[in-house]
Amino acid sequence: MSDAVPIDVAPEGAPMDEGNRLQGFFYAMQECLRSALGSIRSHRMRSFLTMLGVIIGVASVICIVSLLQGLTRSVMNEFQGIGGNTLQIHSYTSREDRMLGKWNHMNPDDLALVKYRIAGISNVTPITGVNLPGGVRNGSNTSSAQVIATTGWYQLANQSYPRTGRFITDSDNDSRRRVIVLGDKARADLKLPEDSLGTFIQVGNEWFKIVGLMEARGEMFGQSMDDYVVIPFETGRALAGPGREPDMAILLTVDNVDAIADVTSRITALLRRGHKIGPKDPDDFRVESSQSLTETIARVSSTITLVISAVVGISLLVGGVGIMNIMLVSVTERTREIGIAKALGAPRSFILMQFLIEAMVLAVIGGLIGIALGWLLGVFAAKLIPHFPPPAVPWWAIVGATGFSALVGMLFGILPARRAANLAPIDALRHE
Amino acid sequence: MIELRGIGKTYQMGANSLVALADIDLTIARNEYVALIGPSGSGKSTMMNVLGCLDLPTTGTYTLDGETVAGLSEDQLARVRNRKIGFIFQSYYLMPRTTIADNVAQPLIYRGLAPAVRRERANAALARVGLEARVLHKPNELSGGQRQRVAIARALVGRPNVLLADEPTGNLDSKTAREIMGVFGDLHREGMTIIIVTHDPAIAAYCHRVIRLHDGHIVEDREQVAAA
Repeated sequence: MSDAVPIDVAPEGAPMDEGNRLQGFFYAMQECLRSALGSIRSHRMRSFLTMLGVIIGVASVICIVSLLQGLTRSVMNEFQGIGGNTLQIHSYTSREDRMLGKWNHMNPDDLALVKYRIAGISNVTPITGVNLPGGVRNGSNTSSAQVIATTGWYQLANQSYPRTGRFITDSDNDSRRRVIVLGDKARADLKLPEDSLGTFIQVGNEWFKIVGLMEARGEMFGQSMDDYVVIPFETGRALAGPGREPDMAILLTVDNVDAIADVTSRITALLRRGHKIGPKDPDDFRVESSQSLTETIARVSSTITLVISAVVGISLLVGGVGIMNIMLVSVTERTREIGIAKALGAPRSFILMQFLIEAMVLAVIGGLIGIALGWLLGVFAAKLIPHFPPPAVPWWAIVGATGFSALVGMLFGILPARRAANLAPIDALRHE
Repeated sequence: MIELRGIGKTYQMGANSLVALADIDLTIARNEYVALIGPSGSGKSTMMNVLGCLDLPTTGTYTLDGETVAGLSEDQLARVRNRKIGFIFQSYYLMPRTTIADNVAQPLIYRGLAPAVRRERANAALARVGLEARVLHKPNELSGGQRQRVAIARALVGRPNVLLADEPTGNLDSKTAREIMGVFGDLHREGMTIIIVTHDPAIAAYCHRVIRLHDGHIVEDREQVAAA
């Protein structure tokens, strides 16, 4: 061994060579991570079972959040079609009044007020539902379609257009023509051919000529969005009979989007005066923008998400207990190893960090598996429920689930890590 | 370099107290080659623990390389062990799951050295004990003698002031034991201070100074001409 590399013996009292503290911390972290991954790899089955609690917890959160987000997104898209500058005015009856059998109405006077007294708006469209005994019929075929009485602007406000033929026009409205436009499901239910323009069908006891067929819009939440027929607004009013004014809603677009709030308050003031509402009494109508609708939906959805996440978050704590349990076993198993590390000069903080990081890595890997599994479950569940929109996993759910898993791992890693760090080196070395 | 003054160690076991070391005065100079011998229960192990800063004495002062060990916190003791002492144990105490190179480099992690520096020094230390070809093997792929060489490399890698070996040949056959003692002999010739704790007179024969413990006292302290 004479040709071997000579050792250099440190001169007495020589300064020690070592890295600086920050670098040292970084290298120690790196080493802890490596050792954690090594230890997880060498106990694959046990590590997987340990993670199971976290996997199930995270998977359920992600699954539910993704379904809910998919739903919200599809509802939002539906409303986006109405346009951000659309306002809807409809009557509003408080629950107390409804129980007393008192119903508030909107009538053509309100329409005239809004149409002629408010500046900066256009496409003012009345809408009312018409209920006639007998419903919509074609010979012996009947349809449960909703009968909407409105004007030509409806197609703009609703973003749906005729596939063939035409929509209701102003002249139809002015001369109260008996013309009708059919939604696709209404047409199918009435057993009418694809091209049935010019055919006459019955609404109540009146005959209507088909002038247009709407393009199909499909279904939302299992509800057909094509089960409707449209007739001119004035025709609908006339059918209701003299002195029986149906309740109606008013759709309009605001020319300048920034003026929505201003227009809303002007309409409110005008209608309050028109309805002779006292200064202390509440409105008997509502002015809503599509924006306020989508905001409401978003708020409801995020509340549900929060509540469900909190509930399922508790199940993650159960997963944390599982991690703590196995980490305590692992500390006992590796007592000798800890003793060796301590004899070689590992400080308490290093051992502490090593076991904390191992617990966190376990939890985070579990969390990542859970995210993937939850997403798959969401896709599967959405496929299983008919007409359910595809799920969406938002980035904050991924970040949140990962972060929360890490937190759970850290929290439940503290006890085992402290136990490991507090072992006395000689006792740990002698451990069999 | 090592100075023990009035060192005593008493273990409290319920109402009884067990005196493991009593009033030890001992000086070991740089580059000495010392055997610490005695029957089991004589206080050898306690002595080894105190010398290795694994345990603090109940009384007396211990000065290692100019640093007084008494009153240090656990982390400060760990620091002293890491910087000044190289341990060699009877059952090697290697980490089973990591490679030889990682085993040898382990003490350097606690110094905050970069992975490249650690690897380089570990390789050099392994070359020193003739195992440069085995760096990527796991401990269970090596023979007992080779494992003990790995442990020696790990003890050397931190450039310690003193090597503390506890029955280093206890698990080895006599031929391998001779080889390991040869490694110690080379290290001593290159200037290393070595203390070997053993109950085997054949091993003690390699050393230049023999200290015999009995019932916690030093009963013999003699220089000798070492065996080849």
